[in-house]
Amino acid sequence: MATVNGIGAAVTRREDQRFLTGRGTYTDDINRPGQAYAVFVRSPHAHARVAAIDTAAAEAAPGVIAVLTGRELAADGIGGLPCGWQVHSKDGTPMIEPAHPPLALDTVHHVGDQVAVVIAETREAARDAAELVEVDWDELPAVVDATAALAEDAATVHEAAPGNICFDWHLGDAVAVDAAFAQAAHVTRLELVNTRLVPNAIEPRAAIGEYDVATGEHTLYTSSQNPHVIRLLMGAFVLKIPEHKLRVVAPDVGGGFGSKIFHYAEEAVVTWAARRIGRPVKWTADRSESFLTDAHGRDHVTEAALALDADGRFLGLKVSTVANMGAYLSTFAPSIPTYLYATLLAGQYRTPAIYAEVKAVFTNTAPVDAYRGAGRPEACYVVERLVETAARELGIDRAEIRRRNFIPASEMPYATPVALEYDCGDFAANLDRALPQADYDGFAARAAESARRGRLRGIGFATYIEACGIAPSNVAGALGARAGLYESAEVRFHPTGSVSVFTGSHSHGQGHETTFAQIVADRFGLALDQIDIVHGDTARVPFGMGTYGSRSLAVGGSALVKAMDKVEAKAKKIAAHMLEAAESDIEVKAGQFTVVGTDKSLGIAEIAGSAYVPHRFPLDELEPGLDEQAFYDPKNFTYPNGCHVCEVEIDPDTGVVTLVAFTVADDFGRVINPLVVEGQVHGGLVQGIGQALLEHCHYDPTTGQLLTGAYTDYAMPRASDVPSFRVDWHEDVPCTHNPLGVKGCGEAGTIGAAAAVMNAVIDALASRGIRHLDMPATPHRVWQALRDAAVRPAA
Amino acid sequence: MPTTITLSVNGRPVTRTVESRTLLVQLLREHLGLTGTHVGCDTCQCGACVVHLNGRSVKSCAVLAVQADGAEVATIEGLAAADGTLHPMQEAFRKHHGLQCGFCTPGMVMSAIDLVRRHPTPTERQVRTELEGNLCRCTGYHNIVRAVLSGAETMRGAGDPGAAAAAD
Ligand code: FES
Ligand code: FES
Repeated sequence: MATVNGIGAAVTRREDQRFLTGRGTYTDDINRPGQAYAVFVRSPHAHARVAAIDTAAAEAAPGVIAVLTGRELAADGIGGLPCGWQVHSKDGTPMIEPAHPPLALDTVHHVGDQVAVVIAETREAARDAAELVEVDWDELPAVVDATAALAEDAATVHEAAPGNICFDWHLGDAVAVDAAFAQAAHVTRLELVNTRLVPNAIEPRAAIGEYDVATGEHTLYTSSQNPHVIRLLMGAFVLKIPEHKLRVVAPDVGGGFGSKIFHYAEEAVVTWAARRIGRPVKWTADRSESFLTDAHGRDHVTEAALALDADGRFLGLKVSTVANMGAYLSTFAPSIPTYLYATLLAGQYRTPAIYAEVKAVFTNTAPVDAYRGAGRPEACYVVERLVETAARELGIDRAEIRRRNFIPASEMPYATPVALEYDCGDFAANLDRALPQADYDGFAARAAESARRGRLRGIGFATYIEACGIAPSNVAGALGARAGLYESAEVRFHPTGSVSVFTGSHSHGQGHETTFAQIVADRFGLALDQIDIVHGDTARVPFGMGTYGSRSLAVGGSALVKAMDKVEAKAKKIAAHMLEAAESDIEVKAGQFTVVGTDKSLGIAEIAGSAYVPHRFPLDELEPGLDEQAFYDPKNFTYPNGCHVCEVEIDPDTGVVTLVAFTVADDFGRVINPLVVEGQVHGGLVQGIGQALLEHCHYDPTTGQLLTGAYTDYAMPRASDVPSFRVDWHEDVPCTHNPLGVKGCGEAGTIGAAAAVMNAVIDALASRGIRHLDMPATPHRVWQALRDAAVRPAA
Repeated sequence: MPTTITLSVNGRPVTRTVESRTLLVQLLREHLGLTGTHVGCDTCQCGACVVHLNGRSVKSCAVLAVQADGAEVATIEGLAAADGTLHPMQEAFRKHHGLQCGFCTPGMVMSAIDLVRRHPTPTERQVRTELEGNLCRCTGYHNIVRAVLSGAETMRGAGDPGAAAAAD
C-alpha cells in the first residue's frame, strides 16, 4: 500500500463532514434568484380520457404565473420521453413503444400521470391553484396485474400494443432444455411472484429548470444518478436543445437505487417552463408523488422448472416470466427483465441447458424499471428457490446440492448457456467461509431449542452471481442499448501539485469522494486533502454514463486508472528531461520519479510545477500542462458473487418471522475501502430483506388505485425489523479484465437476501407441510399458511 | 393569517412573520435557509426532519411554526462547535460509517442525541426500537446502531454534551 489512505484502507469518508453538519446541497436545498414553483396536476384515475382541461380558475388564482398543459408542450414541438433500450420479440419484431408525452395529451394511463403544471410565486400558491384546474375525465377500464393484462378480455392500456404485449422475448436453447427434461430423474417446479417494490430513496425527486436569455443556456438541477444521460435524452429527444446550451447538475443526491437513473417528465417540464416564463422553475416531489411516479421495481410472475438427475445434478432449467412494464416504457425498462435477468439464470451452477421466455406487458400502473439489482435479484430468486426446493424434495443437504453443481474455479473462464462468460470466481470458497460463520453444523441443536419454546426455526441459503458494469458498448448496442456504456475520467494536476479529478460516475451515497481519492492517493503518494473528486455537473466533467449497476468502480475507476496512466507517462517524460536522463532510466513509485541507481529524484508536484511553468520542459516534444482524460469501455461484465445464509425463527401462533442471524461471504474482487464496502452490503441486505418480509407495492386490481402510497401503508424496513449482520469477503479472485481487479458491491446484498430469507422461512415451515410462500412473508401470510396447512389432509 | 413569532434557533434569536399553516420545517428551510433539516415524506413517518424543540426531538414537519413561538429550537447546523469540532454523536456517525447519502442523517443524529438523553446507556435493542421513527434506505441501520451506541458512550464520558446542545 502506497499510503495510509490508499487502496485497501478503511478511510472514514470525506463527504461526511458536510452531511453531518447539515451542509449537504441536495436539489431542494438550491434556490435560484427569482424562482417560481411548479406543482403538477395528476390523474386520480388509472385510465381515463382527458375530455377537457379548464385552467381559467387556476390562472386567475393569486400568485399564479402560468398553467401549462400538453397542448402548450405540443405547440412548442416538445417530444415524448424516449426509451433507451430496444428489445426484439422472438419473431424479430421490435418492442412496442407507446408515446410518452411529458404532459399527457388526451389519455392518462396510470394514477399520478401528469396532465398539467401550475407555476406560481410560492409552492403553496401553486398547490392551491392546482386544485382549481378542472379536468373532465372519461374513465376507461384499467388493468394493473401483469397476468390479468394478458387475458383476452383485459382492458387495453395502449391501442398501439394489442393484447397489452410490449414484447415476447426469449433466450437459450429450448430444444436442449426439452431433451434435458426428457431424461430427468426429478423435476422441481415452482410458481413465483416477485413482488412490485417502490425504491423509496429518502430524498424525494426534485428538479429546477433555469434559462439564461442572454446566452440561450438552459440549466437543470436534478436529483439524478447520471446527469449526462439526462442531458442526452432530454436535450436530444425531448426538448431538442443542443448539448452546449444545456447543463445538467446532479448535486448531492439522497439515494437512488436505480430510481434516479431515468429521465422523468418533470425534468423536461421545468426546463421548458423556465424558458417559457423567463424565470427559474422549481419542483420537489411530495412523498405521495414519489410513490405514484418514481419508477417501481421487480413485478414478475414466473413459472420455473429445474430438471435434475438422480444425484441432484442440474440438467436443465426452464423459465417463463411475465414482467410488468407499467403504463409506459421507462428509460431502461426493457433491458431489466431480459438481458439483466435471463442471462443470470445459470447462477453459480453448471446447468447445461437453459431456456427462458419473457412476456413484457403494459398495465395501468407506474412504469417499472431498474431497482437495486435490476433483474438479477429476480433471477437469483428463481434459481435459489428452485435449488432449495429440489434439495428438500430429493433429501440432499442444501449446501451439498450446491457444491455438487457449482462451476468449479478450475473451469473459469466459463461460458454459460445464457450468453455470459464468467471471467473468474470461486463459488465453493464462499460457501466454505459462510458455513462455519453461520454455524451451520450447530443449526439442528438451535432448531431443537427453538422447538422446545414452541418456535419454528429455519435456515436458508442463497448463492448469487451478478453481472455488473454492463459492457462492452458494442455488444450492448447489438442487444438493443441505445447508449454507450463506458465511463470517463479526467485527472488534472494543478501547478502546485494538488489534483482535481473529474469523473462521469455519480455518487449518491457510495462515497466516491473518498474511494476515488484513495485510488489517486495510492498511485501518486498524495494525501487525500490534496485531491478533489468532482462529479455530477455536465459543465465540469467529461461525458460519462453515471452510476448504476454497481459500475462506478469497475468502469469509472478503470477510466480513472487510464487517465492516471496517461498523466504518469507524461510526467515520466518531463522528469527525464528535468533530470537529464533517458526516459527508460526513470523509475516511478507512488508519484516519485527517480533515475535508477541514483538519488536523483523528483516528486509529482515538482513535475506538475514544471508542466505549468515550462522553463525546464521538453517543449519541442510535449505540450505544457499535466491534465489527462480517458474513456474506458470494459471488455466484459464483472461478476461479483457470494453466499448468503439466513436464519429465522417463526412464532406459529402469530406468524411473526424474526431474523435471528444473517451471514454473508462475498467476492467483490479487490476492495478499495472496507468501511464503504461493508456499508454497501448492509444497505443492500436490508432492501432484500424488506422485500422478503415487509414491502409490497399494491394496486387495487379493479380501480388501479395505489393502496400502498405512503409510509403508513408501504412497510419500509426500520431499524427494529432487522438484525446486525456478519459480513465477510475475500480478495483472492480479482476481476481479470480491469486494471483495479474490482467487481462492484452495490447491489450484491439485495440480490441474494430476498432468496435467502424466503428459503429460511420455508425451511422453518417445511415441517408443517408448507412448500412455498410468496413474498412478503408477513405475519398474516405465514399464519394463514400454517392454518391452511393444518387443515389440509396430508398428501 | 400572518403571525409574527420570536424564537431561538441554535442559540440565536429569530423573529419572522409566518402564515398560520407554515410548518416549523418550512420556517427552518425556507425562511432561515437552514437546509440541513430535510423533508422525506408527507405523513410524519420518515424522521428526516427531526430537530430539538426545547430540548426534545420533534418531527418539524408535524409542528407549526407558530407553535414554536418562544421556544428554543436546535438543528443539525447548531451541533458542531464553532471551530468545526463535531458533536460526539456526529463524530460517531463518521467513525462508524453511519451514513451514506446523508439525507436521513441530520434527523438520525438529532433523534440519537435525544435517545441518549433519555437512555444514557442504551442497549442495541433499545437503539433499534427508539429509532423506529427514522427511516434510512441506504445503511441497513447496522452502522447507525453501532454509531449510536458508540456516541452514547462518548457522551457519557464527556458529561453528556448532547443534553447541553439540545438545551441551548
Ligand atoms: S418529513 Fe418525514 S417525518 Fe417529517
Ligand atoms: S444515508 Fe441515505 S437514507 Fe440514510
